[in-house]
Order: sequence, then structure tokens, then C-alpha cells
Amino acid sequence: MSDGLNLGRRRFLGVATGVTSAIGAAFVAVPFLASWKPSARAQALGAPVEVDIGKLDVGSMLRVEWRGKPVWVLKRTPEMVEQLQMTDEMVRDPESNEPQQPDYATNRHRSIKPEVLVVIGSCTHLGCSPMPRFEAGDPALGGAEWYGGFFCACHGSKFDLAGRVWRGVPAPLNLVVPPHSYIDESTVLVGVDTGAA
Amino acid sequence: MSAASNKEPVVGRQGGGLYDWFRQRFPWDQLMEDHVTGYYAPKNFNWWYVFGSLAMLALIIQIVSGIFLTMSYKPSAEDAFSSVEYIMRDVEWGWLLRYMHSTGASLFFIVVYVHMFRALLYGSYQKPRELIWIFGMLIYLSMSAEAFFGYLLPWGQMSYWGAQVIVSLFGALPVIGEPLVEWIRGDYFISDVTLNRFFALHVVALPLVLLGLVVAHILALHEVGSNNPDGVEIKKHKGPDGKPLDGVPFHPYHTVKDLPAWVMFSLVFAAIVFFAPEMGGYFLEHANFEPADPLKTPDHIAPVWYFTPFYAILRAIPNKLGGVLAMGAAMFVLFLLPWLDRSPVRSIRYKGPIFKVALTLFVISFIMLGWLGLQPATGVYTVLARVFMVIYFAFFLLMPVYSKIDTTKTPPDRITYHG
Repeated sequence: MSDGLNLGRRRFLGVATGVTSAIGAAFVAVPFLASWKPSARAQALGAPVEVDIGKLDVGSMLRVEWRGKPVWVLKRTPEMVEQLQMTDEMVRDPESNEPQQPDYATNRHRSIKPEVLVVIGSCTHLGCSPMPRFEAGDPALGGAEWYGGFFCACHGSKFDLAGRVWRGVPAPLNLVVPPHSYIDESTVLVGVDTGAA
Repeated sequence: MSAASNKEPVVGRQGGGLYDWFRQRFPWDQLMEDHVTGYYAPKNFNWWYVFGSLAMLALIIQIVSGIFLTMSYKPSAEDAFSSVEYIMRDVEWGWLLRYMHSTGASLFFIVVYVHMFRALLYGSYQKPRELIWIFGMLIYLSMSAEAFFGYLLPWGQMSYWGAQVIVSLFGALPVIGEPLVEWIRGDYFISDVTLNRFFALHVVALPLVLLGLVVAHILALHEVGSNNPDGVEIKKHKGPDGKPLDGVPFHPYHTVKDLPAWVMFSLVFAAIVFFAPEMGGYFLEHANFEPADPLKTPDHIAPVWYFTPFYAILRAIPNKLGGVLAMGAAMFVLFLLPWLDRSPVRSIRYKGPIFKVALTLFVISFIMLGWLGLQPATGVYTVLARVFMVIYFAFFLLMPVYSKIDTTKTPPDRITYHG
């Protein structure tokens, strides 16, 4: 302390001003950062989608768009469902332990009804859209080990007919089963859980 | 270095007038003295040293062509793709503006990669130039972000899916990953909202950041002075006038040397713009001539060539989080370079055989990774990517050891000339 200067007081005031400004700046930052979140309009556009599966042939697949993502609805043949036992050995998460599906789809066939698979067709690696390869025994995909499924051409990930990811491929997780429910026997509502069987 | 306490009129400029009025109110003379006519740079600069000024030229080209493109481009999912076609077909000279911008982006990266390689050759990142290197790396990162945001704007298939892949990288982070991705996109998928904000970042935010960093890069350079091919400090030997004996003023000596480089660059630039603007799909990817379709992924997604070395590292690891971390580490390790190099000498001219071999292997692995990033990620390509990734990291992580045990020659006291 010299020349009547109170350096301690000066430092205190300096720090106090700095801390107050920092808190103020943090509050001011909130609206700017929050403006990046999905807007009310984006949220409204993300509403659920109805899918009529009454006319869908057994063994074929239908694509719909929900929240800009491709949602696949596949009506599996009884053989396809049966074969899921064979792929238990080859997939990373056969029991669906990872939270990639709602509780009502946590089973071997990963669906509410065993034959109807509803998954988001977006690879869990980097979001490419895998392609259906339902033909069993495709030599390019492992020959006799291939019981049909989905193949992602971007980085070579493979999934079985329940969207379960193979071992040793870049994708870490099973395909996501979106929240969905049945309005009646032949209408699936993608995006809403209520009335799950 | 800060000479000229001259608020006195300069000889030949006496007698007031507008210029005098101006310079009494603005430190123009001091600025020129400090950074242009009075900035002493080593006499022995070779051709590797033109790439800094070429990077400046490339930046100017991008800014000017970019401003004019903005005048005809519409940043919405509905209009973006067709507004680019409109620029290409209906706007007078619009095709030229666009090809200048797209070619300029690739050449900017080539110039910057060579500029960085020059720093590796001559140890330009070593003490006391660590900050120049750090600012340079920040410029490189901002440029990469700028290029990435810009690539979404044409709203073609590759724009869309490239952005999808890169944005979802953040999803690999535990816990915060998914909300973070949603926050970046502003939607549940890459949409109009995402395009609009990427446009704002591309044309306003990042160019400002880039310009600020360029100023910082040059101020830091002018504070400590330029390195040179011999890696000796020219400030150690000063003449009676206090100027380095081995230096010459940046202007006119180095500006005159940079000028032919600008001409050469412009020739190459024009040749590409006029005769090969797509560069066989490397500068403008073919898949991008199709409008974005969120429901259809292209069979093969590859980023533009300048990101492929890092992309190859991302894919080399069969685990999402691991791949993302490896790619981040590949960029981050470059920042550490000034502290990894323990060599007592700067320039490759006086470094030993181990460094020369290491640098050669590094360059080969960087180029090979770049090539592999363009190939599908299958079988032998993945194995190769892993091998070169190991070499890439070994170059940096083993550097503290090999740069120390390497045999070095004693650098000269003063600069030398080689022909």
C-alpha cells in the first residue's frame, strides 16, 4: 500500500467486476445457444406417421419417411423369423441389451408382432441408409453364413433381418426401432408408443 | 524492429497536403515500416517460401468470388440446388464465379498443405515460433470447418450425405452425443434449418474468424521474425544500422519474388477453372450433380480429397467412438509438434538420417491415407489404412525419441546459398 492506494480493494473490485460480467455473459449466451435447438415448427414437422400395411406382401418391405429418416416396415415370412435363431451367433447384441428399441421390441425379432419389423433404415455407424439383401447365401456377404438382412455399402456394415448388427463391422449398434404402435390390425403409427401390444 | 519515430515529414513528401493530413491521424507509415518495407526477412528464402503469400492470394480469391456467389445463391432446401444451377446457366459469368470458388477451395488446401510441409522441412515451428504454428493450425482447422459448411450449400447428394456423416460423428460422444447432434442440426435430420445455419457460418462467422487468425499468424511471425532454409537466426548478426545482415526488406525484395509465384499460381488456377473445373470428380464430386435426397444414400460416400487422410483414419478403426477419437487425435497431434521435436537443429539440411527417413515415411503415409480415404472401406484397403495410420502417429509420437538420438550436423553461423 503506497500513496494511499488500497491495492487489496482494487483487486477485489476488479475480480468482482470480472465475475459479475462473466455470469452476465453466460446468461446472455443462453438465448443464442438455445436458438439452435429444433424450433417449434421443426418439432411439429416431426409428428407421427400412419402406415397402412394391409396391402403389403409377405416378404416385402415398405419405406416411409419419419423425421426425415427412412423407416422400413418389413413383413417377414415365417422362414425369415425362424432364421433369426441362426444369426444369434453372428450378431453383436442378440438379446438387444443396448437401448436401441422400446421395451416392447426387446426380443429376438425386435418387433411387436413377430412378422412385422419396423426399423429406422439409417446405419448406426454414420447414418448411411443400408440396402436390403434378403437373398440368403449371397457370396459377397459371407455365402452360407448369410441368411438375408441389410448391408450398408458406405462402410460395409451388415445387419440381420431383425436389424441386429453383425460382429466385426464398423456399426456399433443394432438398427433403431422407432417408437410405434398399431392403430388396428393393418395400420402402424410410427412415432407414438400408446396402445403397444 | 520498430524504427521510425518519424512523425517528421519524409523527404520528398514535404509540404502538407492530403497525405500529410492523413498520416498525422493514422499510423500508416509505422504500419508499412513494421510489416512491409521495414520487415527484414532472410535473404536465402527459396521457392518453398512463396506458399504463405499464395495462401493469402487463395483467401482473397475465395472471399471475392464468395461474396458474388452469395448474391445469386438461396440458402433453403427448396431453392439451394436450383439456385446453383441458375448461377451456372443464367447468371452472366456465374459459371466462372462458381468454378473460381470451387477450384479456389481445393487449391487453397494444396497451398496450405505445402506451406505446412515447408514448416516441417525447416523446423519453422520450433522455439520461438510455436505460436505461429499454433495460429497456423487454428487457421487450418477453421479452413476445414469453412470448407465443410460450404460443401453443404449446393445441396447435392454428396453435400447432404457428407454432412450427415460428419455431423453424426459428434453422436459418438457418450451421453451428450445425441442431443449435441440435434442441437447442431436444429432438427431431427439434416434439413432446411441446418442448411440455413451452415450458410450463416460459412459466409459470416468463419470468414471473420479466419481473417482474425491470419492477422494473428502474421503478427506473431513479424514479432519473432521468419525462419529460413538454414534454420539460423538472422537477428544474431546485425549491421551498424541495427538491421540483420542476412535479411532484406520484405518489400521490395520478397514481394518481387512472390509476384512470379502469384503469376504461376494464376496460370494453374485459370487452366483448371477453364479446362478441368471438376478435376475428374476430385474437386467437384459427381454425386453432387444430383439434388439431395434424405431417403437415398449414395453407394459410396467420400469426402472431398483434402479431408480424405483423416477420413481414412476414421474408418480404419472398427469402433465408432474409437474412430472419431483417432481422427481427432490425428489433427490434435499436429498442435503438439513444437514440443515433440527435441532436435537441436531446425532445418532438414542439418538434421540426421533418422529424421529424413521419418519425414519421407510420413509424407508417403499421408498421401496413401488420402488415397485410401477415397476407396471403399473393405478388405485390403482397411488393412492398408491401419498400417499407414500407425506410421502417421508414429512420426509424431516417436519424435521426442528419434529427434534426440539422431545425428545432426552443426548449422552455420550465417545463412548459406545453394545455387
